[in-house]
This record gives sequence, structure tokens and C-alpha cells, in this order.
Amino acid sequence: MSTTTGRADRINDAVLLLGFALGIYVLFTLVSFVLGLDLNGTVNTLRRITFLSAVYAMLVLALNLQWGYAGLFNLGVAGFMAVGVYTMGMLSTAPSSTPPGLGLPLPIGILGGILAASLVGVVASLPALRLRGDYLAIVTLAFSEIIRRTYRSPVFQEFTVGGLSLGTGGSRGMSLPSNPIRSLFYENPTEITSPPSAFGNAVFSAAEGFGIQSTVVEGWAWAIVLLLVVAGIYVLLRRVGNSPFGRVLKAIREDELVASALGKDTRWFKIKVFALGCALMGLAAILWRIGGIASTSSFMPIQTFYVFVALIIGGAGSNTGSVIGGAVFASLLFEGPNFVRRVVTELVPVGNAPNTFFDAVGALAGLDPTPLLAYTLSDVNVSALRLVLLGVVLIYLIQNRPDGLLGHRKEVAASVDLSERTGGGKQ
Amino acid sequence: MAQREDVNPAVALVRERPLVVVFVALAAVLGIDLVRKLANGGVLVADLATFLWDGTILGMSIGLAGVGLAMTYSILNFANFAHGDYITAGAFAGWLTTFLIAGFGEFALQALVLIGGPLPISTADLGISVTATPIAILAGIVVSAATTAGLALLLDRYVFKPMRDQRGISLLIASVGVALALRYLLVYVFQASSRGLTAGAKTPSFQLGIGQGSLPINAHEVTLVVLAAGLMLATHVVLKYTKLGTAMRAMADNEDLARVSGIPTERVVRATWLLGGALTGISGYLIALERGVLTTGLGWELLLLIFAAVILGGIGSVYGAMVGGLVIGLASRVSLVWLPESFIIVAAFAVMIAMLLVRPQGILGGVTTV
Repeated sequence: MSTTTGRADRINDAVLLLGFALGIYVLFTLVSFVLGLDLNGTVNTLRRITFLSAVYAMLVLALNLQWGYAGLFNLGVAGFMAVGVYTMGMLSTAPSSTPPGLGLPLPIGILGGILAASLVGVVASLPALRLRGDYLAIVTLAFSEIIRRTYRSPVFQEFTVGGLSLGTGGSRGMSLPSNPIRSLFYENPTEITSPPSAFGNAVFSAAEGFGIQSTVVEGWAWAIVLLLVVAGIYVLLRRVGNSPFGRVLKAIREDELVASALGKDTRWFKIKVFALGCALMGLAAILWRIGGIASTSSFMPIQTFYVFVALIIGGAGSNTGSVIGGAVFASLLFEGPNFVRRVVTELVPVGNAPNTFFDAVGALAGLDPTPLLAYTLSDVNVSALRLVLLGVVLIYLIQNRPDGLLGHRKEVAASVDLSERTGGGKQ
Repeated sequence: MAQREDVNPAVALVRERPLVVVFVALAAVLGIDLVRKLANGGVLVADLATFLWDGTILGMSIGLAGVGLAMTYSILNFANFAHGDYITAGAFAGWLTTFLIAGFGEFALQALVLIGGPLPISTADLGISVTATPIAILAGIVVSAATTAGLALLLDRYVFKPMRDQRGISLLIASVGVALALRYLLVYVFQASSRGLTAGAKTPSFQLGIGQGSLPINAHEVTLVVLAAGLMLATHVVLKYTKLGTAMRAMADNEDLARVSGIPTERVVRATWLLGGALTGISGYLIALERGVLTTGLGWELLLLIFAAVILGGIGSVYGAMVGGLVIGLASRVSLVWLPESFIIVAAFAVMIAMLLVRPQGILGGVTTV
């Protein structure tokens, strides 16, 4: 890729990302202010937004490699995420906890989780070699459901292999190893009651001065680690995309027949793309869930659709778009409605919500919209309407902006910038 | 292959389609094992009969629900992920009507319209069953058909019609959006709680004695199986012997050719949604009737099984959907002979994936004709 435009693009992307992040932070700081949160609450709100944005950015980047680059319609994202998390848990959870794990060191667990997700991705890609787009979508969705139901099955709740007992916890889920970021702040990171280390003590007491709790500090540190991982994945995928390998992927997406006519064994490329993409999905899910519990309810097909919506918002095919799409989805579509609910209930006294939709609508006859508003703003209804909004956004985007926010940009498939050649004379 | 003449056909089969051989061998082993288990009493004949009957019920539900999906799949060339939620919408519309008719005057109007849910109604007091309240049930079926057909037409007009010229994947994504919006609008209005529908005590049922055990059969199961078979037969007649059916088959075969031969393609598309939607709504109503329980996730939870049936039968083949439904239903229930209950859905999906590997065009596929 020749120099000037490449660098300009990169600078533009960086400015775009930073500007966007700043915008989101300002918005949510204002929201926290309206909600009357103290500094600790505000910082924690921003932490949550950052954390979720980073997780979705990773997932979207991985899916973008498969769909945006190679045109493989993988609807099994949730399943590959589950494989990563559960394998990590089974390898690294202490043998004493219920369900027991193998108690291996965490790096081995994480690596094992990533490898397992990658391996399952390869298995899932085998049908992909012979199937059309919509068949592939259904098969991968079925695949993810097979995975989820297997982890949920009481058969694997606790089992013994070769004298070692381990398990998935079935429908109760399994507790995962503690978050590795704790080793930065605590002397004995695996214990909840551990005293802070010298560094931890210094940081915590400094934060205490601003009224910020130690858990928020820890959370932010983890969010920053995740942002660094996002940056790493971004660079990796950018390099993959601009390599000869990436150009074949784009060729497969545009016209597989042409790619194979040029002597490329497209089947191998598809398998590799599945292996790499699914490995990244496993990694993202591990970083998302670690320190908490793994439960099959986190890996329902809806999780896959979340990632797809985020990808379509950003625009399939663009890595920068993927990151922005992940952040827009996580902050505005996923978390946003709940904040809207809190802001509106803060500003408008709506009173108690009526029991049913018909009580709420009935009040409209008396020209009183507050019961309907109260009903709409109740906890359960906001989370239902959030998904309605998601559906409507999806339909709107695919009808009117199928290329997303940044997908319209030309992805140069040649190794030299052809547009620059025509201008002649330029450096 | 040059050396084909001097190779034994069996050897050639193993070489060219090893997967087929593996799956056939697996099926044979399972079949022999089943006979052995029946002979030594590991599985009672009555148990097997129960699995087969349950499989038939599930298969007929899936098959009937799949007919509508296969129709739109073959004519509009996209996998409609909203199909499951059309089923749910049809079931809600129909059961709302049944509740209103069966309980009018005796229960609060609001509770009836919400089918219980946030304002629970005792199903024993309401006393709905095929024999006790046949008119309410019939009205429910009619309303579920009409509502779902209307809904399908409406959504086609505003979501799918503007996208007629786009690829199948774009339409698929739009249909995911429709599915989410539709399901959670139902949750918003009706609330997510699971609701009881029929009165068990008023539903005629009997035990069919087989060997040392017995097979329980009730009237709602029979209603579902009989009506589903009847509706599939009616669909067959429409497709085979009416002008509309001919036009639909022509369009499924080759849309451009159909258009230049003077078939009004847009009208055929509308008729397809109308017919497919009505069948889908009825299937939702009947499935809820047989289960006696209605949730907002009803259709979505069935959707993958329906896709499995449609794919198994050969996408776009309506008869394939019927056959595929039965195969999926029977396979998942009979798998209980070997597998714990938590794996029956897994078994159905595994059958679908195996099928796609050995015969991607489906049992009755090959030509994507309705």
C-alpha cells in the first residue's frame, strides 16, 4: 500500500475513533449529571460503557473477518464464544469449587479456550465448504444451539474423565477464575478478602481521595486492558486484510468462482478464516466473562444477533467501522434505553406503572398519557422495547444504509493503490 | 474416472461418498440395537409407541408450520427468520379470540384479552377443550389464520417488498429484525409470562394398552394430527390443481420466465404470503392447543426445528417440508431410546447437519419446485 494515502487514512481513522469516543464520554457524563450521580457513579458509568464497547468491538472485528472480508455468514458467534469461556473455565477453575475444574494456570486456560474455540470453528467450517449463504447461516445457528444445549445438559453438569472430575454446571452455570487484573492490586489475587498490595494501596487511597471506590478502579484497569487487546486485534486484522491472504478473502466474497479459477483453493481460505475468527470470538468472550460466571443464558442466539447488528451499524468490511459499530451498539442501543428510562423517570414524575397494557391505554381515553409512559418505562418493558428498537434499526439499516456508517469506503484489493497511478507524477 | 469399469460398485461408493456409508452404517447399528433392546425388554414396546406418537405430533406441528416457510422460501428465495414469530403472533391472536368467546361475561374482559398473563385465569374454570368449547376453538383457528395472513402481507408491503431485488442474505437480515420487533412487541403488550390454555379435566383422553405398558392419547393431539394432515392435503390440491398453484410453481422454478409468460408475479407473491401466513397462523394455534401452554417464545423456539425440516425435505419443496417435519419429529423423539432428554433437540439438529453433508438438496429436493 503506497505511503501517503495509507497514512492519511490511518490518521483519519484515529481522529474518527478518538472523536467518537470523546462524544460518547461527553454524552454519558451529561447523562450521569442529569441522574445526579456522584463522581464514583459517573466514573463507573463510563467504565461500563468502555468495557462493553471493547467487548463488542472485539466480537465485531472477529465477525468482520468472516463476513466482511470473506463473505461467510456465520450465525454461530454465541456458540464459539461459549466454547472459549467454558473451556477456559473447565481448565482453570479450582478443583475444589463446584463444578470442579482442573485448576491449571490461567494463561493455559485462556490459551486452551482460544484453541478450543478455533478448533470448533474449523469443525463448523466443514459444512461451510459446500453450502450456500443461507444454508450456512442456518447450520451455524444450529451448531451454536447444539453447543449451548450440550453445556446446559445435566449430563455434563459434573463428570469424570480419566480420574479427573470437571463439569459445566449445567443450567446453574459455573464460576470462573478470578479476574487476572486483581494481581495488579492485591497480594493474593484469587482470594476475595486479600489485602491490597503496596501498589494497590497507593492507587486505591489516591482514588479514595476523589471518592472513587476500589472496585471501580479495578474495573477501569480491566477496561483499559481490553482496549489494548482491541487495538492489538485491530492491527492484526488490518495486516491480515492487506496481505495476499486478505485479498483472496475479498475475492471469495466478491466472486468465489473467479478466486478458484485463479488457482486459489478457496476451501482452505474459508477454514483458516473460521479458525482465526472463532479464536478471536473465544478470546473476546473469555475477557468478557472472566471473574464472573459462565451461564448458558449468556450464549443464546440473540447474542449472535447483537454482534451482527453492531457489524451492520459499522459497515461490513471496515475494521474501523467494526470498532465504531461495536461501541455504538454497546453504548447507545444496548445500554442507552436503560439510561433513557432513568433520565425520563428522573425528569418526569410518572408514578406507579399500571399492571397491564390495557390499563395504560385505557387512561389515554381520559387524555392522560402518564400511565402509558409509566407502563412503557417499567424495567421489563424497557428491555422488551430495546429489542424492538434493535429490530427496527436492523430493518432500517439494511433497507437504507446496507453499507453501515463506514462500509461505503472502497477497500483496495490491489497491492498498489490504483487510483494514485492514474494521477501520475505524485510521490 | 477412467478406471471406473474395473471397480466394484460398492468399493466405488465407499470411495466417492464415504460419508453416506458412515451414516447408513450408523443408522443400521442403531436399528439393530433398537430391535435388541425391544427383544430383551430394555425398551418397552409401549415406550417406543409413545416416542413414535410424540414424534408424529411434533413432526406434524413442524411440518404444518414449515409449509408456509417453504412456500416463501421457494418463491422469494430467502430464509425468513421471522417465520417463528408469525407462528407466535397467530397463536396469540387465535387464543385471544377463543378466550373471549369461551369466557365472555364470566371473566374480566381485560384478563381475557391478555389471555391471562399478568391477570391469571384458572384454565379449569374457563374449561376450554375441543369437545367442551368447539365453537370458540373454531373461531380461534379462523382468526389466527386471518390475522397472520394480514400480518404477513403488511410486513411484506413495508419490509420485504422494497427489497425485492436484493440478495437473500439482506432479506434474511431484515427478517431477523422483523422477528425481534414482532416478538418483543408481543412481550410489551401481553407480558412474557407463560399462560395455561386448556382444561386438562375436560379434554377427552384414553390409554391405548400395548404389551405391558400403555400409550396415552388425548383429543387435542388427535385434533392437531388430523387437521395438520387435512391442511397439508388441501395445500397439495391448491398447488396441483388451481391456476394460482400452477403460477406459484412456475415462479418457484424460474421467476423471469414466469414473468415473461404473463404471470402477475407481484400478485402471486401476495397470494403466497396470504396462503403461507394463514397456514402458519393455524399451525401456531394448533401447537398451542396441543401443548396447552402459550409463551411469547413459542415460534422462535420451534424455528430452528422448522428450518431443519424444510432443509431436510429440500428447501422450497412443500412436500419436502411435510416429510422433513415427520423425520425431524420422529428422529428427535426416538433418539430418547439412547439419549437423555436434554439432547433431543441436539439430535434433531445433528440429523439436519448430517443430511446437509450427504445430500445438500434434501430428501425431495433437486428441483426447487413447490
